[in-house]
Amino acid sequence: MESFDYKIVEEAAKQLYIRALCDLPPDVREAIKKAAARETQPTAKEIFKAMLAAIDIADEKKTLICQDTGLPLYMLKIGSRFHWDGAEIKDRIHEGAKRATLEFPFRSSATDFLTRVNSQTSVGRGLPVLYVDFLKDADYLEMLMIPKGSGSENMSTLKMFIPADGINALKKFVLDSVIAAGANPCPPGIIGVGMGGTADLVMRLAKEAIARPVGQRNPDPEIAKMEQDLEDAINATGSGPMGLGGDVSTLAVHIETAHTHITQNPVAVNTQCWPARRARARIYPDGRVEYGY
Amino acid sequence: MARYHLQTPFSEEAIRQLRVGDIVHFDGTLFGIRDLTQIYMFDQHHEPPVSLKGMPCIHTAPSLKKVDGKWVPICVGTTTSYRMERFTPPLIENYGVRAIIGKGGLYEQSLEAMKKCGAVYLAIVGGAASLETQQIVEVEQVYWEHLHPEALYQFRVKDFGPLTVAMDSHGNNLYSEVKAKVMARLPKIYQKLGVA
Repeated sequence: MESFDYKIVEEAAKQLYIRALCDLPPDVREAIKKAAARETQPTAKEIFKAMLAAIDIADEKKTLICQDTGLPLYMLKIGSRFHWDGAEIKDRIHEGAKRATLEFPFRSSATDFLTRVNSQTSVGRGLPVLYVDFLKDADYLEMLMIPKGSGSENMSTLKMFIPADGINALKKFVLDSVIAAGANPCPPGIIGVGMGGTADLVMRLAKEAIARPVGQRNPDPEIAKMEQDLEDAINATGSGPMGLGGDVSTLAVHIETAHTHITQNPVAVNTQCWPARRARARIYPDGRVEYGY
Repeated sequence: MARYHLQTPFSEEAIRQLRVGDIVHFDGTLFGIRDLTQIYMFDQHHEPPVSLKGMPCIHTAPSLKKVDGKWVPICVGTTTSYRMERFTPPLIENYGVRAIIGKGGLYEQSLEAMKKCGAVYLAIVGGAASLETQQIVEVEQVYWEHLHPEALYQFRVKDFGPLTVAMDSHGNNLYSEVKAKVMARLPKIYQKLGVA
């Protein structure tokens, strides 16, 4: 067995948290620029200008775009052509997220749910959140890091519909959830939607949906059409950036799906705010690390 | 949409001229507060050690660090306001606060207090903390330091904004107006989406 220094995973986990907070992905930047260009309402245009300025300042000063450093989520894809030590990866990610918080330093949002005492490290019982998946023909470990802010996370919704409700009930639920969330999740963001699965899986699908680059459509043409229809519907509301009125109320709707039970039709909505932060790293068995988005 | 550049402390007259949809920038003093600061004030009965009269208060939990005994900002941004609804009327009525800065808006009782006393809600662009931090010239004072990052902060700011007047002192609420328009459009949107 080749030896791999797991310090590399720890360092990458740390870098990813910082990168995600400071450097917005190119697709998000592009989407905000396009939104700003097509916005016609004066106050909304002013808001977009401030958003673009915030992105530039974060670039220039190598600082955080938003003060809500969120709760850390790492989505892992583990290549099966190398013997990766899962328990070691888990420990190192925990350590990396903690070090990012203490060494940058930035605010920890991780709090004991009962005593409300902040761990001051962004980690704690159950945190960071890890999603684990596998890659058949790869030897690398991929980590996609998402800091999930609370303004958007607090607006999450889930409903277990039944087959008799039909697919339209799911679509209506998505639109109604976005309208009810209003100004709170810092619109215009990405509306992540899960359809199908179980109660836990459907919310995870919604989370995976917000991790997709802005506007990348679901490969299933029928689902892609539903994404476009919902996007048009949300933008037609006129709720606008920060819910203060305008033409652009969402950057994109992304839907991820799974098979479900014969008695069920679950749907979940998980929103990502306009600074749709994410950072990606691929770690190879020889120790190379490639960073991306 | 009118534009205003104000200076703190705000007079009642300066605040009464503002209407929903106007854009405001200001210079001067800004106090940072949030959930715990106000629980400490109102539920645990601690008097603020500084006068808030005529001042703006922002809903924030700043990242600061202490360098040679002096607090300096790392990142100061704005949190969602609806959690502060219960504290806002007494903040305006008993302490003379003239502007609440936040995101997402507040509710009816806050709007009433604003109308009665001459105060406004100014909506900042949420998520744009890097811009906000750049407009903070100095962290002048941190009161109730043991509550950090939910203490009472006194910042000095320059060209702070853009802030949209979202609730004015005449009973207007831009969030409600936008929401009403959304609800009026909704039947058509449902129809087009095929879910009517």
